[in-house]
Amino acid sequence: MTFVDWISEPVNWAFLVIGLAVLVSAFRVVTSRNVVHAALFLVGALGGSAGLFLLLSAEFVAWVLVLVYIGAVIVLFLFGIMITRAPTGLDEGLDSEQKVWPAALSLAVFVTLAWGSIEAFGTNPVATTGTPTVTEILGESLLGRFVIPFEIVGFVLLAALIGGITIARRDLTPVEEEERITA
Amino acid sequence: MIVNQFLILAAALFALGVYGLLVRRNIVLILLSVELMLNAVNINLVAFEAMLNTTEALGQVFAIFVITVAAAEVGIGLAIVLMIFRNRRSANVDELNLMRW
Repeated sequence: MTFVDWISEPVNWAFLVIGLAVLVSAFRVVTSRNVVHAALFLVGALGGSAGLFLLLSAEFVAWVLVLVYIGAVIVLFLFGIMITRAPTGLDEGLDSEQKVWPAALSLAVFVTLAWGSIEAFGTNPVATTGTPTVTEILGESLLGRFVIPFEIVGFVLLAALIGGITIARRDLTPVEEEERITA
Repeated sequence: MIVNQFLILAAALFALGVYGLLVRRNIVLILLSVELMLNAVNINLVAFEAMLNTTEALGQVFAIFVITVAAAEVGIGLAIVLMIFRNRRSANVDELNLMRW
C-alpha cells in the first residue's frame, strides 16, 4: 500500500486532522506554562481520542471517555489545581531545569514503540465494517464472560473513592471536637 | 485505515506522557501526564479490537476497565496531593525530600 492509496481514503483525512489535533494538544499539556491551560489542553487530547474511537467504530467507549474523562476527571483536576495553587497565572518553576535527558528518553520510547509496531503489523488493515459496534455485545461481554473483573473493578472504584474521602477530609482539632459534642 | 497509523499515534502520545512525567515538578501536572499515557494505551486496545474484530469486543471491554481504574487513580491521587499540600504547603515533587537520605 503506497501513501497515495492511503491518502485517497477520505476517512484517513479525518484521521490526519484529529490525530494532529490530539498531538498538538498533548504537546501543550506537557509544555504549557499555565497549569489551568495544561488541564484544558488535556480536554482537547481526550476529545480527539474520542473522535479516533468513533473512527474505529467504538461508539460506546468514545462516549464513556467523554463522560468519565471530560465530564468528571478534568473537573477533579481543575479542583486539585485550584486547591493547591492559589495564583493560577504563569509559573516559571513548573518544570525541572533538566530537559535534554527526558526528551531523549521519550524519543527513545517513541522510536522503540513505533519501530516495533511497524515491524509487527506492517500495513495490516483495520477490519471495521463502518457500522458501530453494537453496545449489546459489549454489555453481554461485560456481564457474561467478564462479570467477575467487572464487579472487582467496580469495587476498586468504590474503595478508592471512599479512601480518597478519608484521606482528604480534615480532622477536627480538639477544640472543634469539644464544640461539636456540646452543640 | 491501517492499524499502524493508530499504533504510531498512540506511541507518540505515550512518549509525550513520559516526557511530561519526567520534566514536570508539580504533582497535578505529573498526574495529567499519566492520564495521557493511559489514554495512549486505550487507543491501542481499541485499534487492536478493530483489527481483530473479536465476537466479544474484548479490546473495548479492556479499554473500559482501563478508564475505570484511571478514574479511581485520579480520585485517590488528588486526595493524596491535597493532603501533601495541606501538610507541606507545596505540591512540587522535588521539595518533598523528607524521606530522602
